[in-house]
Amino acid sequence: MGSTWVIIKRELAAYFSTPLAYVFIVIFLSLSGALTFFMGAFFERGQADMNSFFSFHPWLYLFLIPAVSMRLWAEERKSGTIELLLTFPMPTWQIVIGKFFAAWIFIAIALFLTFPLWITVNWLGEPDNGVVIASYIGSLVMAGSYLAIGSCISAATKNQVIAFILAAVLCFLFLMSGVELVQAFFQPWAPVFVLDAIQSMSFLIHFNGIIRGVIDLRDVIYFGSIIGVFLYANSAVIDLTRG
Amino acid sequence: MGQMITIEGLTKRFGSLTAVDNISLSVGRGEVLGFLGPNGAGKSTTMKMLTGYLPITSGRASVCGFDVVSDAIKAREKIGYLPEGSPLYGDMSCLLFLNFVAEIRGYRGAQVKDKVNLAIERLELESVINKPIETLSKGFKRRLGLAQSILHDPDVLILDEPTDGLDPNQKHQVRGLIKDMAPDKAIIISTHLLEEVAAVCSRAIIISEGKIVFDGTPEDFAARSSIHNAVTIRLTGEDLDRVGNEIESMEDVHRIETINETGVLRLIPKDGAVIVEKVSLLMRDKGFKVDEIFVERGHLDEVFRDLTIAN
Repeated sequence: MGSTWVIIKRELAAYFSTPLAYVFIVIFLSLSGALTFFMGAFFERGQADMNSFFSFHPWLYLFLIPAVSMRLWAEERKSGTIELLLTFPMPTWQIVIGKFFAAWIFIAIALFLTFPLWITVNWLGEPDNGVVIASYIGSLVMAGSYLAIGSCISAATKNQVIAFILAAVLCFLFLMSGVELVQAFFQPWAPVFVLDAIQSMSFLIHFNGIIRGVIDLRDVIYFGSIIGVFLYANSAVIDLTRG
Repeated sequence: MGQMITIEGLTKRFGSLTAVDNISLSVGRGEVLGFLGPNGAGKSTTMKMLTGYLPITSGRASVCGFDVVSDAIKAREKIGYLPEGSPLYGDMSCLLFLNFVAEIRGYRGAQVKDKVNLAIERLELESVINKPIETLSKGFKRRLGLAQSILHDPDVLILDEPTDGLDPNQKHQVRGLIKDMAPDKAIIISTHLLEEVAAVCSRAIIISEGKIVFDGTPEDFAARSSIHNAVTIRLTGEDLDRVGNEIESMEDVHRIETINETGVLRLIPKDGAVIVEKVSLLMRDKGFKVDEIFVERGHLDEVFRDLTIAN
């Protein structure tokens, strides 16, 4: 695992050596703030919780996370450094994991920087901090799922724009599979178990469960398996598309 | 002398295209193998299979006894590799990049510093060490790529066009480095510079359309030239017909060519025989005033064309 850590360090340094990291963090903080206070009616609701903050995360991540994940592999392919990376004495999966964790840690840093809101809520009232912590964890594992999907797609192309768009579309499908619009499309003809399967794939349903304060093991397993499956696919895509 | 690199029946197909076609060769310690061939002949593809980047269609390859597929990690530990075009992380500084490579190679703490400093010294990178890689000139980038490949003092070096894009001084420097390292390593370099093969390689292999069409020393290669060991003389003040008649009486001379330049004759020997001494004696005996006399080693590009186009 030593070399995985070396990869994580390099990737993290790469984020902060370009404006990408700062642009991302500033946009993330200002957008999540704006959504919480204006669209989420943080003050008007008069409740000491962070629901109006967390409920926008699935939508915010939808375009911000593909922006982080799009460069993970596409850039290596474009610059040719993938050849260097894949001929170092380490297995492909360690590189996949290293890159994924670097991006995840980066997003965790951005998420951590929203702590002033938590302080504000605690100053104004008495929120259930257990729910807040559960929501933070839920938001982070959901971000990990978006990332794993984005990383896998990035591995398949050397064009970052394509990587961004495809990742956003795929994440959108996962996000929306539970809402009525999508369900209505399948309802007339698909059998019930298919409907249930599609619904159970929804990020939204699992995430909403978590931010209500119920950390159901099934939700965690769900996001964990999304991450696992897509990172496995990521490794496979790299090995299949060498050269 | 143990074989450090062994390739048996190596083949790579991309769809219906056979890029590398049943190549077998081995390279021992102390050898510098020059890989020559036209663009698209399969040089890089062979190197990419050897370093484990490309999957092998059929055949096998091993490095220091480790199979590059089934024992890939151990084989890669033994290899230093400079990919074509020397790809690097443009956003890193040279020092950070070399530190990264040293850590990937398993060094920690003070070892990292030692290895990196040694590589910096050998490639003379001191002046750019803190600069971002993307701001470096092509020559420095190539040298940094080389520094990365020799950092862990590997037994096997695989360098894809190591001097491409370098100026003559830098080429000279890199060739010197390769020669210095040659005695205790097995080195494969690819190039399309024929003079490079003569300058650094102990052996040359020419591949064309994925097949080996020549395998021998650079001298063998030159000997294939039709003008190998021919003697060219320049006599501006003499009657060339008279000189020609005298030379024709020599038994080792196959034919005389008049070069399209005043007073220059080229004497082609029979079967590549060495005739320079006899010619110079003859000139002295007959009292011809010779301005210039030299032995042709052979036109490498002529041999190269013959071998690669005829195929």
